[in-house]
Amino acid sequence: MNMRWPNSLRLSPRWAPYVFISPFLVLFAVFGVFPLLFSLYLAFQSWEPTSGLDAMEFVGLANFSFALQDEWFWKSLKNTAWLALASGVPQHLVAIPLAVFIHNSFKRMRDAVVGAYFLPYITSTVAIAIMFSSLFSTDFGLINAGLHALFGGENINWLGRPEHIKPAIAFIVFWRYVGFNVVLYLAALQTIPKDLYEAATMDGAGRVQQFFYITLPSLKPMIFFGVTLSVIGGLQLFEEPFILTGGKGGADQSAMTSAVYLYRMAFDFNDFGGASAMSWLLFLVVALMTWLTNRAFRTRGGAA
Amino acid sequence: MTAMSPRSRMPSWAAHAVVGVGALIMLAPFYFMFVFATQSRGEIFNLPPPMWFGDDLLANLKILTDRLPFWRNLGWSLYVALASTVLTLLFCSMGGYAFALMEFRFKKQLFALVMATMLLPSFMGMIPSFMIMDALGWIDEHRALYVPGAASAFGIFLMRQFAASAVPKELIEAARMDGCGEFGIYWRIVLPLLKPALGTLGLVTFIASWNNFIGPLIVMRSLENYTLPLALRTLQSPVNTEWGALMTGSAIATIPLLILFALSSRQLIAGLTAGAVK
Repeated sequence: MNMRWPNSLRLSPRWAPYVFISPFLVLFAVFGVFPLLFSLYLAFQSWEPTSGLDAMEFVGLANFSFALQDEWFWKSLKNTAWLALASGVPQHLVAIPLAVFIHNSFKRMRDAVVGAYFLPYITSTVAIAIMFSSLFSTDFGLINAGLHALFGGENINWLGRPEHIKPAIAFIVFWRYVGFNVVLYLAALQTIPKDLYEAATMDGAGRVQQFFYITLPSLKPMIFFGVTLSVIGGLQLFEEPFILTGGKGGADQSAMTSAVYLYRMAFDFNDFGGASAMSWLLFLVVALMTWLTNRAFRTRGGAA
Repeated sequence: MTAMSPRSRMPSWAAHAVVGVGALIMLAPFYFMFVFATQSRGEIFNLPPPMWFGDDLLANLKILTDRLPFWRNLGWSLYVALASTVLTLLFCSMGGYAFALMEFRFKKQLFALVMATMLLPSFMGMIPSFMIMDALGWIDEHRALYVPGAASAFGIFLMRQFAASAVPKELIEAARMDGCGEFGIYWRIVLPLLKPALGTLGLVTFIASWNNFIGPLIVMRSLENYTLPLALRTLQSPVNTEWGALMTGSAIATIPLLILFALSSRQLIAGLTAGAVK
């Protein structure tokens, strides 16, 4: 080495790891761990940010009991569950066969096809929401124009009516994440040994049987993983409903997910203590649902 | 594969048709975004809506730049994304290298803690990160957008996994014997070996920052300082939305992503599904 650090500046191997880790660690502590602990503390306080840190007051579990008696808390939780299911289940029901088709029949065009499905995943939510609010618009939207041409009937007020906004958002979320799942399943399909299929063909198993007796069971670990990601992601849904409803949650709060309500509670209603308590309640919900998903897959695994 | 596989009897035209129609449905919204970007508001309101490009692109751009400090917003988006990428690559490569190839106290516990934070729902950070920024006086400051992201748990994970397999421990020890300093080892030996992972993490970080909406929503206050997603959103109103201009803005915000994706879709997809697909 022709260039050398002066001896006084040389780092001894003993201290090197601490020096290398510290930039990350400092940021991680300041912006990751500390805020989390602070929000736990805040959950037991009554506080509005406008009144300064001194105005904080310990209120015990009041924030939690308030949230649990709050009609909007339950409504937002129901909305979230509805959206998570309606956008999540179809993602997997479509992605699995789609991945199988691509795996079996596409070779040269494969990257292009996978890219087309994956593209929405990397696009900005704001651009997506803007795109879809035009496509879903009542009087000039292409989706209504298409539906009208196919089935006739009245134009649907997709984004303005409580009963229509949820399916519209669920579709957008489905559209956005289905490609991600296709990629997961394609990766898993590549690990299934080909001789399994060859042996099955010798034994006279048809394509449909092979799908149900070889492909699906082999995909199970990835299905578990993908469904877990969908559960965790679905329960955090924020940007799509937030942007499509102008940050308010839509007519009759029918598209107000828990995360959107959390935001409103803090930044629209200035109740930081209440919002912190709610975020920990929601954390418990996410943890519980993840655990239940895990259990559901285990039990079925034991039975099969 | 198709020739040998017993499954080649599958009617491949059917699979092609299903997959192809699906792909068109996936791409259609992008197509109409670009078409509408070249149409005036009146033309977009036509029934049936326009299916092909019009000639109002420049007029839309004019509306966009009249209503917004658009180029400024675009510049901030680029600045924040680049700063965030550079910082993340630097800090995560240093940290990942230490986690992979060095010994220090509480290493295992610390790594487990970092990984555990990856599982936390993102809304948990919404309120506390606002408060931290407020306490630091970083409200409406761009560093509030790129500094915290540099402590990326995903980045540490990616770098550690890659460094553990791509950087031979013997090479580092040999360099140390030869009198190479610790920073020299990192800069001249480790970083070059980490290049593929740096590329992946860089792409993922750049795109995440470019698209970031919640972060700026919580800390940015003035239109002058907004990044692109936040600025575009201000154009959307219940009445009199300039749809053509809005589509032009969205299209411009999407073009860099399309270019990055076209150049590196394989690496990007692998990066974004890393951890899932080992």
